[in-house]
Amino acid sequence: MFIKQLSIFVENKAGRLHSIMDALADKGINISALSIADTTDFGILRVIVSDADAAREILKAEGVISKITEVIAVYIDDRAGGLVAVLDHLSDAQIGIEYTYAFLGRTEGKALMVLKADDMAKAAALLEEKGIKLAGETDI
Amino acid sequence: MSKMWQPEYEAMPREQLKKLQSERLVAQVKRMYENVELFRKRMDEKGLKPDDIKGVEDLHRLPFSYKQDLRDYYPYGLFAVPMSDIRRVHASSGTTGKQIVVGYTDNDLSFWADCFARMLIATGNDENSFVQVSYGLGLFTGGFGAHDGAVRIGATAIPISAGNTQRQIQTMIDFGATVLCCTPSYALYLGETIEEMGLKDKLKLKAGIFGAEPWTEEMRKQIEEKLGLKAYDIYGLSEIMGPGVSYECEYQCGMHVCEDHFIPEIIDPDTGEVLPEGAQGELVFTTITKEGFPLIRYRTRDICSLNYEQCKCGRTHVRMNKPQGRTDDMLIIRGVNVFPSQIEEVLLSVGGSITPNYQIVVDRMNNTDTFEVNVEMSENLFSDGVKGIEKIEKLITEKLRSMLGIAPKVNLVNPKSIERSEGKAKRVIDKRKLH
Repeated sequence: MFIKQLSIFVENKAGRLHSIMDALADKGINISALSIADTTDFGILRVIVSDADAAREILKAEGVISKITEVIAVYIDDRAGGLVAVLDHLSDAQIGIEYTYAFLGRTEGKALMVLKADDMAKAAALLEEKGIKLAGETDI
Repeated sequence: MSKMWQPEYEAMPREQLKKLQSERLVAQVKRMYENVELFRKRMDEKGLKPDDIKGVEDLHRLPFSYKQDLRDYYPYGLFAVPMSDIRRVHASSGTTGKQIVVGYTDNDLSFWADCFARMLIATGNDENSFVQVSYGLGLFTGGFGAHDGAVRIGATAIPISAGNTQRQIQTMIDFGATVLCCTPSYALYLGETIEEMGLKDKLKLKAGIFGAEPWTEEMRKQIEEKLGLKAYDIYGLSEIMGPGVSYECEYQCGMHVCEDHFIPEIIDPDTGEVLPEGAQGELVFTTITKEGFPLIRYRTRDICSLNYEQCKCGRTHVRMNKPQGRTDDMLIIRGVNVFPSQIEEVLLSVGGSITPNYQIVVDRMNNTDTFEVNVEMSENLFSDGVKGIEKIEKLITEKLRSMLGIAPKVNLVNPKSIERSEGKAKRVIDKRKLH
């Protein structure tokens, strides 16, 4: 019910993002979703890739620090209010969201949201119980 | 009173000790004036004759000696006896420049063994101990110093020398080593390896004698935990003798200087003035019994202070605290003395057993010093959340503020982005142009 996300440390310096992307592209790693959290000093680049473990090894060899984290990928309807329906359930259950970002799924009429909640197990169980479809590793 | 190797010297009442030091100093100055050209020249320049020196109260009048002297008079130019009386030489490469060489007579080697023996006894060892000497046995003074000390107290020496970690651990277990002598960083490495191999309960180690490089209280805790021993600090330098110039006793409250052989002083490194008791400054040593390679008022460049209060162990010899840094790497930032070693200590406490690589950058903007510390990101500092990383930045900043009194700006940078030369990271970049 969880999928692997790669979190990458990015020093706040021109060209850092480019060199990371370049290293991954070089080894044929496809990126299906991407988000950056940044502060004035550094950023955390979060990506969903075709092979998170391989990507981590590639970056390690380049001297880039990364970590694999588990996130939930939720299918939402591609329409106004599609996301609200999901968030309603979580806020009703008092589950906090640390971050979220969107990406294109392969299913027609559906979008995918990546979610990191403060209580991941509870969030996943709740959404499944409410009949909301979660994406697995093979769906992305 | 604690068990001592030479109680007649180690616990000598201070008045009597001062008399002994005075006699030895007077004789040493005479001998050196006759036999060491450089010393004679420096005395003459100051208009001093050996007769002007009547005791320790005149010590401050004598000329200093410097590391550069050892290079200028390389190899044997500062020896005070004919080479036929020199039984052994040791050498040190130092981190910069040409190697230096020192020599020992029979008497020198003998009292060196006694100094090390004092420490072994003070840390609970005796003839039943097995002393694993994992310092390099060679031109470096560490190995032979520890070996001779072990033999002197009648213990069993295991002179394995440095390197080959698997064999070190096997030997330690099979031969039943009870004391380990090596550098603190190697002790930590051995400890980590032993932990990984799950062999800690096979060890018989009770004490560790660690020195020859700077280390922190944080490292001490980790070594003690991983090796299940009590870790003691030892201080020495080849120019003066080697390990055993000063050492910790069982109370671990500073290192007792073997004052019947070496007189320490603390001076202001800029003016050369002797500082009042307890003040922090540059440590200076005068060897009063050394025959082969004696030095008067040798500038160690180590920064520390001296404590003359009587120790609980009963030894009367003065205690020096662990050197806080060196005059050659001390930075003055906004009027505050900052040593790279202090920053290292903080980073070690934050980063687990690994000290993250770091660099200090100092500059001056609008007549105010700027102070930044760049820390290389590592796997164990990184987490997925911005808050977690900001917390680490804040923690490092706060710990540095409380240690130094001023707070740097901490920047987390990419691994391996800090410039290295010959494998050593360049620790300090001072961009201030004040001259």
